[in-house]
Amino acid sequence: MAGERLDEQTMAIRAAKEFQDGMIINLGVGIPTFCSNFVPPEREILFHSENGVIGFGAIIDNADDADENLINAGAQPISGKPGMAIMDHAESLCIIRGGHIDITVLGVVQVSEKGDLANYVIPGKQIGSLGGGQDLAFCAKRVIALTTFTTKEGQPKVVKECTQPLTAPRCVDQIITDIAVLDVTPEGLVLREVVPGWTAEEVQALTDAKIIVPPDLQEMTLL
Amino acid sequence: MINKIVGSFDEAVADMSDGATVMIGGFGGPAECPSYLIAAVARKGVKDLTIVGNTGGWGVDLLAILRERMAVILKIGEDWYDPGLLMERGQVKKGILCFPAAPARVLTPFEQGVLQGKVELEVLGQGTLCERMRAARGGIAAFYTPVGVGTIVEQGKEVREFNGRKHLLEHALKGDFSLIRAHKADRYGNLVYRGTARTFNPVMAGASTITVAEVDEVVELGELDPECVITPSVYVQRVVVRPKEPRPWDEAM
Repeated sequence: MAGERLDEQTMAIRAAKEFQDGMIINLGVGIPTFCSNFVPPEREILFHSENGVIGFGAIIDNADDADENLINAGAQPISGKPGMAIMDHAESLCIIRGGHIDITVLGVVQVSEKGDLANYVIPGKQIGSLGGGQDLAFCAKRVIALTTFTTKEGQPKVVKECTQPLTAPRCVDQIITDIAVLDVTPEGLVLREVVPGWTAEEVQALTDAKIIVPPDLQEMTLL
Repeated sequence: MINKIVGSFDEAVADMSDGATVMIGGFGGPAECPSYLIAAVARKGVKDLTIVGNTGGWGVDLLAILRERMAVILKIGEDWYDPGLLMERGQVKKGILCFPAAPARVLTPFEQGVLQGKVELEVLGQGTLCERMRAARGGIAAFYTPVGVGTIVEQGKEVREFNGRKHLLEHALKGDFSLIRAHKADRYGNLVYRGTARTFNPVMAGASTITVAEVDEVVELGELDPECVITPSVYVQRVVVRPKEPRPWDEAM
C-alpha cells in the first residue's frame, strides 16, 4: 500500500528548496506560483515575470492593497519591493531567451522520460496558449517540471512518450512530483527521492516511463 | 509646430480600412489595455482585421463575469474593453497571438471563432512575437531564434544550425495600426508608462505605419524627464486622452 501524496503547497516547498541565494527565478502559472511563498528569508531571490518585472514581492490577495499597474504573468496583483525593475515585454523576453533565468518552474500536462514537455494545450481544449512558456522551456538554464505524478483520473503525467503537443522537446532537467523527485539524465530518468511511505517499485508501477533506481535513492526532505 | 494630440478616439482610427493588420497592446489585465481605441474600432465597424497581440480577449459577456469573480483581489473598472469586443462583432478574420486560449474552462469569442472555422489562428511564443515586432520597427527583415524547433511553431520555417543548436528563421511583422496604452504623453508623442502596464505597449510602438497611444494625461513639453522617456516620439503618430469617468464603448467619443 503506497503512502500519502504531497499536497500542492508541500510540492511547492520542495521545489523552492532548489532556489539558491542570488538566483533569478521565473515561476509558471498554477502550482509553481506557490513557490514564491516558501523561500527561506536568508536567501535573496529575484523573481522574474515575463510581462515585464523582476525583483517583485509577495502576491496580493485583497483588492484594497492591489494595484492594477503591478501584476504578474498570471495577472495576479503583486507587491513592489526595493530593487524591483520594470521593463517592456521584448526586454523581458530577452532576459528569458538570452539564458539569464537560472531556474524556471513550469506546470505539466505531460513530461517524458527524455525531458519533452507538453503543457500549452489544457486537456479538454483544442486550442493552446504558448504565452511565455515556450521561451522559458527552451532557454532557461534549468527547467523544473512541477506536477502531480498522475492526473485526478489516475493517468500518468510522467510518461515514456508525450502524446500531447509539445511546448519544447528535451528541455526538462528535473521533475518534482507529489510522490517522487526525478532527474532527466543522458542515461534516462533517474529516481532521486521518494516521498516517505513510497517505494521505487510503487512509483514505477504508475508509469510506462523507464525509471532508473540508483543505489543512493533518498527519502524526500523539505528543508 | 508638432502636435500629435487628436481630439477623439473616433478620429484617431478614422482612416483604418477593412483588412488592416492591427497590433493591440496590453497583456492580460485592464491597466495595460487600450480599451477606448478598441471601442473606437468596434464603432467604426471595419471588417476582416488581422489582430496581433498577447490574447484574443474575453469579450463583453465574459469580462462581466470576470469583473465579479476578480472583485476580491482586484477592482476592475467598467471601461475595460478588450479585443474580444471585435471578435463578438465579427470584425476579425485572423489572430496572430501568444495566448489565444483562455486559462480556464470557458471558450472566449476568439476560441469559438477558431473552432467554428470563421477565424484563422497563428500561435507563437511571446519572445518571438516581440522580436518580430521589434525587427519591423528597427528595419530587420528576419532573424533566427532557437525557440519553437520541434514544435507546432516550426512548420514551414527554415531551420539553420548556429553553435550546434537548431534555430528557426522568423520574419519581421509590420502592422498598419498599433493601438497602445501609456500613462503620460507630450504633444511630440513621447511616452511614459506605469508599472507592468508597460509590457507589450512600447514593443508595438513604431512597428506599424500608424501608432496611436491612448494615455491618461498629456503634459507640457519638458515635463517628461528625457532620461525616463520609454517610447521616443518618433514611433508615435497620434495621441488621445482617456476620459476621466468610464464611458460605454458604443458612445461616440
